[in-house]
Amino acid sequence: MTDQNSFDVLRRDPRAERIIRNRLHPLHDTYINTGAGGELTEVRGPSGLLRKNPHNVGFIGPNGIKRIDRLKGNAAASGKGRRSSAAQETLLPLHQVENPDFYVVVVPDMVGGRLTGQDKDVIGQAHKLAAGIEGNGAVLAVCFGQSKEEHFDTAGVDRLLLLDDEGYEGYCPEQRLAALVQVESAYKPPFWLFPDSVDGGSDLGSRLAARIGERPAAQAWQVNNQTSICRGAAGTIDITRTTPRLLLLAQECADQIDETRHEALPVELGSVPTVIAKLQDQGQVAVDPNAISLAEAEFILAAGNGIHNWDQFHTAASVLGATEGASRVAVDDGFMPRVRQVGATGTWVTARVYLAVGISGAIQHMQGIGQCDKVIAINTDAGCDMVKRAALSTIGDSQEILDELMKLVQQFRTQQSEGGDQDAA
Amino acid sequence: MQPKQSIAATDKDVKIVSLISVGKHPQSGRVRRADQDSRAVELGMKLLDTGDSTRGDSLVVLHAGDPKEPGLRGYAGMGLNSVRVLELDPAADAVAPLGEYLQQFAPDIVLTGVRAEGGESSGMVPYQLAEKLGWPIVPRVADIISVEAGVAEVLQALPRGQRRSLKIRLPFIASIDSAAQDARQSAYGPASRAMMDIEVVDSSTDQLRESWSEAPAKKRPKRLKVIKAKTAAERFKAATAKSQGEGGKVMQNESAAEQAQAIFDLLLEEGVLR
Ligand SMILES: Cc1cc2nc3c(=O)[nH]c(=O)nc-3n(C[C@H](O)[C@H](O)[C@H](O)COP(=O)(O)OP(=O)(O)OC[C@H]3O[C@@H](n4cnc5c(N)ncnc54)[C@H](O)[C@@H]3O)c2cc1C
Repeated sequence: MTDQNSFDVLRRDPRAERIIRNRLHPLHDTYINTGAGGELTEVRGPSGLLRKNPHNVGFIGPNGIKRIDRLKGNAAASGKGRRSSAAQETLLPLHQVENPDFYVVVVPDMVGGRLTGQDKDVIGQAHKLAAGIEGNGAVLAVCFGQSKEEHFDTAGVDRLLLLDDEGYEGYCPEQRLAALVQVESAYKPPFWLFPDSVDGGSDLGSRLAARIGERPAAQAWQVNNQTSICRGAAGTIDITRTTPRLLLLAQECADQIDETRHEALPVELGSVPTVIAKLQDQGQVAVDPNAISLAEAEFILAAGNGIHNWDQFHTAASVLGATEGASRVAVDDGFMPRVRQVGATGTWVTARVYLAVGISGAIQHMQGIGQCDKVIAINTDAGCDMVKRAALSTIGDSQEILDELMKLVQQFRTQQSEGGDQDAA
Repeated sequence: MQPKQSIAATDKDVKIVSLISVGKHPQSGRVRRADQDSRAVELGMKLLDTGDSTRGDSLVVLHAGDPKEPGLRGYAGMGLNSVRVLELDPAADAVAPLGEYLQQFAPDIVLTGVRAEGGESSGMVPYQLAEKLGWPIVPRVADIISVEAGVAEVLQALPRGQRRSLKIRLPFIASIDSAAQDARQSAYGPASRAMMDIEVVDSSTDQLRESWSEAPAKKRPKRLKVIKAKTAAERFKAATAKSQGEGGKVMQNESAAEQAQAIFDLLLEEGVLR
C-alpha cells in the first residue's frame, strides 16, 4: 500500500479513538487539543477556567464547508484524512529517456493547437513500436503551428519539436514537408506515424511517403513491429501486411498513454530551406453556418427556454458566425425547427465550442453534447446542470449578455477589416 | 450560393485529364462508377462547359486497367464520347504507366478521387503522380472556381463543412472530395455507345502486394472505459460518482459587459470567431 492511498481510504486509529474517549488518559490533551490549524482549542485561562476557542473547532469539509465533529473526536482522524485527499494531486511516475538510440516520430494534427484524441492514440502506438525495438527509444512529436497544448508530458511525448514560425502557419504542406524531410535526414527514424485523418495528417503523411519512396499503411488499426492490419477498399476489407516504415493510423489504433509522465524536452532542428510554395493559401472562405449540418458544426449557439427575444438570438448567431441549435423546449414551443434540436432525441453534436444560452442542462440534452470540448453557459441559475458541465459560466440575463457580446464581436470585426485594409494598402 | 465556374476567355485551351477507377458499392459490393471519381469527371465536364465553341478545351477520362470492366461504362454514360484506357493487368502497378502517359500528354489539370473504393485505397496515387511529375497536389477539392492566366482558384473541403480557398499554378493534380457536386446521372444508351480508346502498355506486377493477405473487414472492438483503480474504495467511487466536469469558471457578480468580455476572450482563444 503506497503512501498516497492512505489519504484516500478511511483509516481508523483505534488507539487514538480510545485515548480521545478517555479524559483521564495522560495523552488525552495532545489528541483532543489539536484543532484546524494545529492550535489548541482548549486552554486554561489565567483564572484557571477552561477556555474554548470556537474558531479552532472542527475542520473544513471536502466541499469547503466547516464541519464540527459531534462524535467527540471519534471520527476526527478520518476527517483530517479526507480533507487532504481532496488536495492530493496524483503525480504519475516520470518516464525518462536519456540519450535515445533512436526516435519514433509522430506528427500530430494539433487541431486548434491541441492534441486530438487520435493524436494521443498515435502517440500510444509510437510507444508500443518503440518498445518493440532494441535499445532506448524516444517518441519525438513534430508539431506545426502555434501550440496551446499543455499536456504533452502526460500524452507521452518524450521529445518535442515545435515548429511555430510564421512560415508554418496556415495551409503550407510544401513547407511542412520540407521540415519533415529535414527530420528524416537528421534522425532517420525507424517509424513515422501520422494520424490518418481529414485534419491534415493523411495529407502530410502521403506527401512524405511519396517523397521518401515509402509505401505507407493507410487506415492501419492494429499494428505491431512485424505486421499491420489496415482497412482497405473503402473500409470493407482488412489487409494484413508487414509493417512499413510509414504508417497512417486510424482512430483508436492503440491505447493512449495514461500511467506515465514524459519529459517533452524541446529539440531543435537545423534551418529548413524555405520552399517556393506552388500552393497559395487564400484563407478560409465564409460559409453559411446554417448550411453546415448540426452534427459537424464547429461552433454552435444553442437556445433554450431562457431565450425570450428570438430576433436577438438569430442576429447573435449570424454575428458570431455560429450554427444555431436548440433544446427540445425551444423546438416544442415552435421557436426553432426540429432539425435544430440537440440532444437524445435530436442531433448528437460534436462542436468544439458550444455556447448554451438559457438551457438548464437536462440529461437528455447533455447526452447530445457529450463530445463537445468547451461548453459555455449563459444562465440565470447558477445551480443548474449546464453550469456544472461548462468550462465558463456567466450568471445573468441572456438578453443583456448577448447584447454585450454582439457589441464586442462587431467591434472586433470592424477592427479586423480596418486592419485588413491597411495591410492591403 | 454556388459561385459559377469559369475558365477565363483569355486563357489558352485547357486540357483536363480525369482519372477513373472501378468502384464498389459499400453495402452491396456491386460494381459501379466510383463516387469521388465520378464527381471528378462531373467537375471536369462542368469546367469545360463554357458555352464558347471556339475554344479547344478538352477532357480526357483515363483509366488504367482492364477495358472490359463494366464499371467503366457508368462514367461513359455521363455523356462522354470515349474513355481512354491503358490496358494492363489489374494486379499491376498503375502509377508508372499513368505517369508516363501524363508526362507525354501534358494536361493542365489532373483530377482524381481522394481514395479508391477497391484495393488498398490508401489514396497514394495522386501523391505519387505529383511526385513523379513534380507538380503540386491539392487534396480534397470541393470545387474549382476559376482558371485564369495559368492560375486556378480552388475550394478545398475542410472538416466540419468549412472551405478554404487556394490559388495554384497550372499544371496541378487535384483529388476531389465527396463534398464536390454530385455526378450527373449515367444513361445506358450513351454508356454502351461510348468508345473505349484502348492502348496496351506494359507494366510490372505489384510485388509487395502479393505478399499481403486480404479478408473481409472485421468489426473493430469499441474501446471501453477502463477504470484503473487500485483499491476497493477507488473502484466504488469510480462506479458511483457522478462524472464532474473539470469545474469551470463561474462568473456570478460581474457586470454583463465583463461576462461578455470573458466569453468573447474564450471564443477568440478557441479560434471560432472568423
Ligand atoms: C423522452 C425525452 C426525450 C427528450 N429529449 C430531449 C432532447 O433530445 N433534447 C433536449 O434538449 N431536451 C430533451 N428532452 C427534454 C428535457 O428533459 C428538458 O425538458 C429540456 O432539455 C429542457 O430545456 P431547457 O433547458 O431549454 O428548458 P428549462 O429546463 O426550462 O431551462 C431554462 C433555463 O433557462 C434559464 N433562464 C431562464 N430565463 C433566463 C434568462 N432571461 N437568461 C438566461 N437564462 C435564463 C433558466 O435558469 C433555466 O436554467 C427530452 C425529454 C424526454 C422526456
